[in-house]
Amino acid sequence: MSRITITVNGAPQTREVEDRTMLVQFIREHLGLTGTHVGCDTSQCGACTIHLDGEAVKSCTVLAVAADGSQVTTIEGLAEGGKLHDVQQAFREHHGLQCGYCTPGMIMASVDMIRRHDGMLDEHTVRHELEGNICRCTGYHNIVKAVLDAAEKHRAAHAVAAE
Amino acid sequence: MYATTYHKPKTLAEAVKLYTNSDEPSYLSGGHTLIPTLKSRLAAPAHLIDVRNIPELFGIEVTADKVIIGSATKHAVVAASGEIKAAIPALSGLAGSIGDVQVRHMGTIGGSTANNDPAADYPAAVLSLDATLHTDRREIPAEDYFQGLYTTALEPGEILVRVEFKTPEIAGYAKFRNPASRYSMAASFVARHRDGHIRVAITGAGNEGVFRWTEAEELLTVNFSAEALEGLTIDPSRMMGDMHAPADYRAHLVAVMTRRAVQNLGGTHIL
Ligand SMILES: Cc1cc2nc3c(=O)[nH]c(=O)nc-3n(C[C@H](O)[C@H](O)[C@H](O)COP(=O)(O)OP(=O)(O)OC[C@H]3O[C@@H](n4cnc5c(N)ncnc54)[C@H](O)[C@@H]3O)c2cc1C
Ligand code: FES
Ligand code: FES
Repeated sequence: MSRITITVNGAPQTREVEDRTMLVQFIREHLGLTGTHVGCDTSQCGACTIHLDGEAVKSCTVLAVAADGSQVTTIEGLAEGGKLHDVQQAFREHHGLQCGYCTPGMIMASVDMIRRHDGMLDEHTVRHELEGNICRCTGYHNIVKAVLDAAEKHRAAHAVAAE
Repeated sequence: MYATTYHKPKTLAEAVKLYTNSDEPSYLSGGHTLIPTLKSRLAAPAHLIDVRNIPELFGIEVTADKVIIGSATKHAVVAASGEIKAAIPALSGLAGSIGDVQVRHMGTIGGSTANNDPAADYPAAVLSLDATLHTDRREIPAEDYFQGLYTTALEPGEILVRVEFKTPEIAGYAKFRNPASRYSMAASFVARHRDGHIRVAITGAGNEGVFRWTEAEELLTVNFSAEALEGLTIDPSRMMGDMHAPADYRAHLVAVMTRRAVQNLGGTHIL
């Protein structure tokens, strides 16, 4: 057992955990944040994607103890003051989800992608960079549309900020 | 996954001591090979010794003729390094082709090189770029390092500290990926070194893991072009065969990928 503190969506969370606890288990079972999903539990599907110190990772393949002292953002941490994040809003508008199981992971991966490319994305890049996320409803077409729309909003916001 | 005890030593000496004094220990780096293995209960180390707090295992140094990468450096960091891209673009392209974005945010060059998966990418670069593997106790030339599937010259408890690549005159990497797993089914790293010698390393295909394709090296020494390789084939009995690709198909892919690597010198060609 280890006593660890991970800052999740801005709030430090201290818990006693078994060393074999995965970060996704810490998030879902110890903190009760069930927005992060487990699809495969074998590092393939990306449903469990969260941000660890600002980078998209598969939380089913990270030990919670190894994340002691880190900053984590989950799908619950994206909206601000009841207003959906641009990427969440874009998934909603473009019907980027069907059953919704893969959606939290898709959105966390997309937010990371838009940030890394500073919104400079084309369809080819979006499809390539979503390789780590599987949608069993196979709704990729609208997911890609949603990411491109959110990327455009990101560019526009930054262009305004630069003026 | 079975219960285990986690350690995060701050120095190399402390890590090695922990390893030596523990029953059934294992080092842990990015965990993107080891954790899936533990979850499927194919291994059950009683002690996990995380190497990602040891300063010597980090850092990138690019000199006039070398690229030196700390073993705990993530694939994404190698792929994003402008210095590495300027020195050996095929190496940065290779790092950027591993798995997917999330995997590259965790997996490390040291973990990949220590693991020596027959389908892993880095071993091809290590062998082709005539690298030297620096450990906590010695230096190992790439030539002596890879010893068959999942087997290396590392002794129990030996820590890979950094990988030192020779900057070639030019190099290219071409790989054909399994569309589902994204690991390569055949990939070829071709380098012409500054002293003129050529090294062709094949990964993903050989039934003994990464290997040098010396017949291709000889032809390329005479004529460094894809045309020189026309008609050259490799014996399928040296290839792995599985439900994704039988041995004769992999043999065919090895020849095609090697020609593509030569046609794409100074970069990568990912299929
Ligand atoms: C979905 C998915 C797709 C992937 N696709 C690819 C791919 O296309 N190409 C590819 O090459 N790889 C691929 N990988 C593997 C990935 O690159 C791994 O990260 C890598 O092989 C292992 O590195 P790691 O840092 O995660 O090591 P770990 O899993 O932590 O360790 C692997 C092994 O190396 C040992 N070890 C680790 N560090 C050291 C050290 N410094 N000294 C001595 N021993 C050490 C450990 O004890 C363990 O036995 C993929 C993985 C996943 C999950
Ligand atoms: S649940 Fe983590 S990758 Fe599928
Ligand atoms: S919306 Fe159902 S899995 Fe993607």
